[in-house]
Amino acid sequence: MSKLLTLIFGRLPIGWLQLSHNKGRLFAAVSGVAFATLLVFMQLGIMGALNTSTIAPYALLDADIVVSSEAGNTLTDAENIAKVWLFQALSAPGVAGAMPIYIGNLPFTLTDGTSVSLLTFGVDATRPGFVAPQIARSLGRLTLENTALLDVGTRGVPPDVVDDLTSGIPFMFEANGQTMASVGTMDVGGGFLADGMLITSDQTFLRFFQSRSSGAPSHILLKVAHGVSVDTIVARLQDALPAASVKVQSMQNAAQADLSFMSTQRPTGIIFGFGVFMGILVGLVIVYQVLSTDVADHLGEYATFKAMGYGHSFFLGVVFEEAIILAIFGFIPGLIVSIGLYAGLVSVTGLPLQMEAGTAILVFLGTLAACTVSGAIATRRLGNADPADLF
Amino acid sequence: MRTGSDLIAVRGLNHFFGTGDARKQAIFDIDLSIKRGSLTILMGPSGSGKTTLLTLISALREVQAGNVRLLDAELNGADEALLVHLRQRLGFIFQAHNLHESLTATQNVLMGLELHGRANALKQLNAAHHMLDILGLADRRDYLPEKLSGGQKQRVAVARALVSNSEVVLADEPTAALDKVSGQTVVELLKELGRARGTTTVMVTHDPRILELADRIIRLEDGRIVADEIVSDRGKDTE
Repeated sequence: MSKLLTLIFGRLPIGWLQLSHNKGRLFAAVSGVAFATLLVFMQLGIMGALNTSTIAPYALLDADIVVSSEAGNTLTDAENIAKVWLFQALSAPGVAGAMPIYIGNLPFTLTDGTSVSLLTFGVDATRPGFVAPQIARSLGRLTLENTALLDVGTRGVPPDVVDDLTSGIPFMFEANGQTMASVGTMDVGGGFLADGMLITSDQTFLRFFQSRSSGAPSHILLKVAHGVSVDTIVARLQDALPAASVKVQSMQNAAQADLSFMSTQRPTGIIFGFGVFMGILVGLVIVYQVLSTDVADHLGEYATFKAMGYGHSFFLGVVFEEAIILAIFGFIPGLIVSIGLYAGLVSVTGLPLQMEAGTAILVFLGTLAACTVSGAIATRRLGNADPADLF
Repeated sequence: MRTGSDLIAVRGLNHFFGTGDARKQAIFDIDLSIKRGSLTILMGPSGSGKTTLLTLISALREVQAGNVRLLDAELNGADEALLVHLRQRLGFIFQAHNLHESLTATQNVLMGLELHGRANALKQLNAAHHMLDILGLADRRDYLPEKLSGGQKQRVAVARALVSNSEVVLADEPTAALDKVSGQTVVELLKELGRARGTTTVMVTHDPRILELADRIIRLEDGRIVADEIVSDRGKDTE
């Protein structure tokens, strides 16, 4: 290690030699950085899962524009909108088609007594063009009364039921006092709002959600004519529809708005964001404490080097060398433990936690930056190394 | 090797510690010239100002009043860059060896060489080993300071100061922790460097065993030079 670092730095690796000389302190420092890294990874992972599950429903749909109630928050947390706007939107030039969509949360109890909540989408079963291709293939089956496509990734569904579903055996379950038959599957998985998803025809939906009316869907999905700009139609509809009660967004912008809402206006998003901040702060404090103590412990030696003619840049180099070593040594175990914890959380909660390469690189760069900032603050103590005190 | 020219020239040097009512003068109107290649010993009781004088002429302490010329550079008013540059041409031996605890004997000595760059690492390593060998530490090259005795540590510190062929060696009680033979070896080495390379040594010591090796002995009391004894031609003041 010393030889490698000597080659890299072009000098004796004083920082590494200092750190490795005191094994106990090195272990504590690396553990501290690893813990801070783990904290950040966990917060980012859960935040990522929140984001993924927030926009996951969009992957079930195939539309260009979504018209929603202005009072709604997100796709799945919507207020009903008058169906009359569907006809108004259809009359706009460039709009090729429209479909109302109904969204609600359907609770049901599994045979083992487990209570499951399904985010249920009621769609027009004769309009496969408005849903994702993998759903469109089975959509026709939903024209039968009380049938649904069930999410095999639903939390709590027993493996034997999943096996039956995937091999095409219908699965019957009761909800709201009625029997539903699953006649097909999709694989989305649970999120923060529900344990899984369910797609039914709008007629079945209205049967199960008796307080809902066909004249008040959750959203209106639109498709624009071939070759027509989505943004142009959005602008046209925004002018035509009353902005006070209706919002018109492209599907892409609606997904981004949902992410923004969840991360900045919902307590969960704010809490996870705060957790990331706390992780960074913990890392900064730990590394600063370690480096600051290290500088204080070696002031006599640094003063000697100053007397010998080593300039300030040399000492900065030593402290930054230590900061970089701590960042690298702390990041690696932090990453490994995080991957393990992600896997554990996925198996327990079914949340879509995934270690993305981009996130790992970002956290590494963040760890490096935090350690460097701590090192920079710790170098203030170098001023106390006065070579005149040596004699 | 050129000898005889002044390497250190001190004129009207005064130095104070503290401020206000606590301000106390430690050095009074000192004039002094030290020749290249000489071995000068500063003696005097505790508080006589010898260590303060040593730190002033070695560019470690700011010159407040008077002039100190070191290696043809004026220290009064010198900026930090010049001071750093000058210190690179000096060798320091401290009473407390001040070795780096995390570095082996060889690495500590290498620090005296890396200061001047690391163009030829192998050559520097050989030079460090050679200096440790001369000081009887051939079998302690890879020892950390905590595994060395007090005398061995001091010899490593001496090796660190001498390995880069410094033009001036400034030493504070360098033989205090050494036995008679080791102390003699160190001082004879300094003397030999003076003869062979023109290295100038200024040493604070109370050790009577090495007085006979000095070219010049300066005694200080209460911040003033009270005796200046030239022992050999090498120590003769040019003034």
